[in-house]
Amino acid sequence: MMGSENPGFEESHLFASREEMENLVLDDPLTTTTTTATNNNNSYSSFRSAKSSISDAATRHPLSPPVLSTPAESDPLLSPPVFRNPNASDNNSYIEPPSYADVIFSPFDDNSANEINRVDSSSHDLDSSLTLSRSSSSTSDYIKITVSNPKKEQETTNSLVPGGNTYYTYLITTRTNIADFGSSEFSVRRRFRDVVTLSDRLAESYRGYFIPPRPDKNVVESQVMQKQEFVEHRRVALEKYLRRLAEHPVIRQSDELKVFLQVEGRLPLSMSTDVASRMLDGAVKLPKQLFGESTAVVAPHEVVQPAKGGRDLLRLFKELRQSVANDWGGSKPPVVEEDKVFLEKKEWIHDLEQQISNASQQAESLVKAQQDMGETMGELGLAFIKLIKFENEEAMYNSQRVRAADMKCLATAAVKASRFYRELNAQTVKHLDTLHEYLGLMLAVHGAFSDRSSALLTVQTLLSELSTLHARAEKLEAASSKIFGGDKSRIHKIEELKETIRVTEDAKNVAIREYERIKENNKCELERLDKERRVDFLNMLKGFVVNQVGYAEKISDVWAKVAEETSGYAKDSC
Amino acid sequence: MEQQRSTSESSQSPRSPPSQRHLSVSVSDPVKLGNGVQGYISYRVITKTNFPEYQGSEKIVIRRYSDFVWLRDRLFDKYNGIFVPPLPEKSAVEKFRFSAEFIEIRRQALDVFVNRIASHNELQQSEDFRTFLQADEESMERLRSQETGIFKKKPADLMLMFKDVQSKVSDVVLGKEKPLEESNPEYEKLKHYVFELENHLTEAQKHAYYLLKRHRELGQSLSGIGKAAKLLGACEGQALGKAFDELGAKSETLSIKLQKEAHQLLMNLEEPVKDYVRAVQSIKVTIGERANAFRHQCELAETMKLKEINLDKLMLTRSDRVGEAEQEYKELKAESEEVTRRFETIVRRMNEEIVRFQEQKTQDMRIAFHEFAKGQARLAKSIADAWRSLLPKLEVCSDTS
Repeated sequence: MMGSENPGFEESHLFASREEMENLVLDDPLTTTTTTATNNNNSYSSFRSAKSSISDAATRHPLSPPVLSTPAESDPLLSPPVFRNPNASDNNSYIEPPSYADVIFSPFDDNSANEINRVDSSSHDLDSSLTLSRSSSSTSDYIKITVSNPKKEQETTNSLVPGGNTYYTYLITTRTNIADFGSSEFSVRRRFRDVVTLSDRLAESYRGYFIPPRPDKNVVESQVMQKQEFVEHRRVALEKYLRRLAEHPVIRQSDELKVFLQVEGRLPLSMSTDVASRMLDGAVKLPKQLFGESTAVVAPHEVVQPAKGGRDLLRLFKELRQSVANDWGGSKPPVVEEDKVFLEKKEWIHDLEQQISNASQQAESLVKAQQDMGETMGELGLAFIKLIKFENEEAMYNSQRVRAADMKCLATAAVKASRFYRELNAQTVKHLDTLHEYLGLMLAVHGAFSDRSSALLTVQTLLSELSTLHARAEKLEAASSKIFGGDKSRIHKIEELKETIRVTEDAKNVAIREYERIKENNKCELERLDKERRVDFLNMLKGFVVNQVGYAEKISDVWAKVAEETSGYAKDSC
Repeated sequence: MEQQRSTSESSQSPRSPPSQRHLSVSVSDPVKLGNGVQGYISYRVITKTNFPEYQGSEKIVIRRYSDFVWLRDRLFDKYNGIFVPPLPEKSAVEKFRFSAEFIEIRRQALDVFVNRIASHNELQQSEDFRTFLQADEESMERLRSQETGIFKKKPADLMLMFKDVQSKVSDVVLGKEKPLEESNPEYEKLKHYVFELENHLTEAQKHAYYLLKRHRELGQSLSGIGKAAKLLGACEGQALGKAFDELGAKSETLSIKLQKEAHQLLMNLEEPVKDYVRAVQSIKVTIGERANAFRHQCELAETMKLKEINLDKLMLTRSDRVGEAEQEYKELKAESEEVTRRFETIVRRMNEEIVRFQEQKTQDMRIAFHEFAKGQARLAKSIADAWRSLLPKLEVCSDTS
């Protein structure tokens, strides 16, 4: 076994004996790593799968350093990444690309992203001069979340099938120094359903915020994929999701998240989650509403939630009618989205999303091309290694041995270059993953914008409702005043109507407040997005470029050596 | 491949004082002639020499691919046992496309071909070679259409010949004995080596070709990234937008560099390996020739033995057919000696050739590897330089953001 010998690989003279050459052939990561990589994903269509398979393969490969496989063991604040000053005027400056150890400390690694989240600005300066600090806070709060240890469990209740339903739970471990949590380290077991609940509750409570989207339910994949693979895939996705939540300055302080991370046991379902009861309640309520038995009025407290989540079918119909009137009716709705700045921003965000998506696709192509280059280079090296063995075995003339020696130079270099390409690529994937992350964020942005428009719709509906009610009241009053002595039934109706109007007024005021609140949230989040995006993208670019420089230099050196050693016609071997 | 051209200094010429003779040949200026299916490329072949056998010290002729084929076939016929330098493939398909790249590669390969002949001690003295270098175009055309050399044999025959040799190799490996086969262990080893070598080299050639493709693909993906980055930059605006724009521009520049290197790889790595493969295939044909010659020799030896016995019988019975038989026997003996001589020449030549071949190949490969490595180093360095030049600009962007 060659062991973790990557530094050793820098030296030549590996093939002192044929056994070692054979070991090289056997150990060649091409056969192990690439097959696993290609087995994991037959197309390079998904960035994520490419990334996970590359890093998976890297951790499984015997020659890759162990550091990558156990992130929990590293202390991220220990030593900063080693980046020499890239501005050195010396053209031959050799920029050390992130070495394996440094990868852990790099801000692009999602292990450390949370760590350096709210890092002390002074300690952050120790970091590479290249990376900008995302955080403006000078506190050193952190929340680190790990998802691990998937376990299969049995459904104990409601099992219609003998043997019961099984599901998986995941161990969610949190380490934090934030006082609110009450403890510095704790764990819970959660199943995916709980995550869905968390996500729904956050959506209710944090309307207008860019809430990171939760992982998909993947109903189809869970049936089709291998169980192990699917569970692992989900574990990774969950970890990412929870870490993103913890990064969000507002959401990390939410009760929902705190409860999710700390309190064992089933999460209480949110009001709007329980679809079945929601529909039942709504169906029961509707006839009563129509016949005037139950209140047809939207209660103020309900107004803070969008209609479609609620139990009120009547409200749903009204808002639908309003939205149709908005779109097709001749008259302008009572209140509209007037904020020009916002509307421009919205358009711009749409364009941005297109561009990021495009860039992400191109990035995938680049990753594939780099991967292929590494593989082919390695295969070329292998082919020459076989030739070397052959020539040496069958050598009848000295010229053959000399040629074999030349080929050895070439083959060694090709195999080294192949390794470098694949390392380069693993890093590239990490850097360019930022693009993918931001695409995910765009979903959150759409969510926040749609919170805004549904809040606006509620306001519009209530305003229309009010004007209808007022008109009806006027008509009734006009009619009843004509009857001398008063119309007992009509007066009663007018009283009821006036009550309804009062309640609706209240609801309208609440709805307007809610709308304004959401608008404000949108604004803050957009500012935060701008600031963070600029930093993240710039870091991505720098990281990508530094990486390319470092590996290109390494590869160049490898070949320069071969060129040197094959320059003479003297029959030296290298 | 320019280095392959050589001005040969013949040190073994039996006729002239050594170190004075020189013969240099070049193939250049490809020109497309004819239309469509009839289309072909003509090349200018320039000879500069002081060999007395040649008319004048400089001669320029126009030749086409089939002329080179004629020359090769003639050399094969006349110089049994010598590994005649290989020609680039006929390629019926690419001919129609006639891309600039294809033409240039073929031209280089033809140039190498004539130079190898010119620097081979025996081949350089070939009369056919002189004809090729000097004859006017009409004579050349006449000669070309008359040729019925070994390569004009039907592919099926050629295959049979190879199969024969191959099966004999495996038979020996399996320990079986075949009657009409040289029992020369060293030669067996050589045959085995040649056949195996072809497999290995073909494999290497395949990967060299793929490597070329990868360069093109990487170039294309960089171009894609470049465009996307520029668009993203336009959307972002301000410092960040500028950063994306710079990255995009760099990417596109590098894309071009990669495409160029892909072309270089074709010349520096794939062609040399292909050439090596062709050379090995040429040796296989020689091996086939040797087998034929050996078989022929054995058959004649058998026949002679029978004739001898017959003759003795006739002499004992004092038949009047003795004279006839004696005559036949004499003729047969002459033929047998001729064939034996031919076989022995082949053996002698092959022994020399194999040494020369190995040395030549070592040199060729070293040059090829050198150029390939140089190209890769140069490419990687310019990639590093290009990206590195971007870093200060990115710094500026982050300072102002």
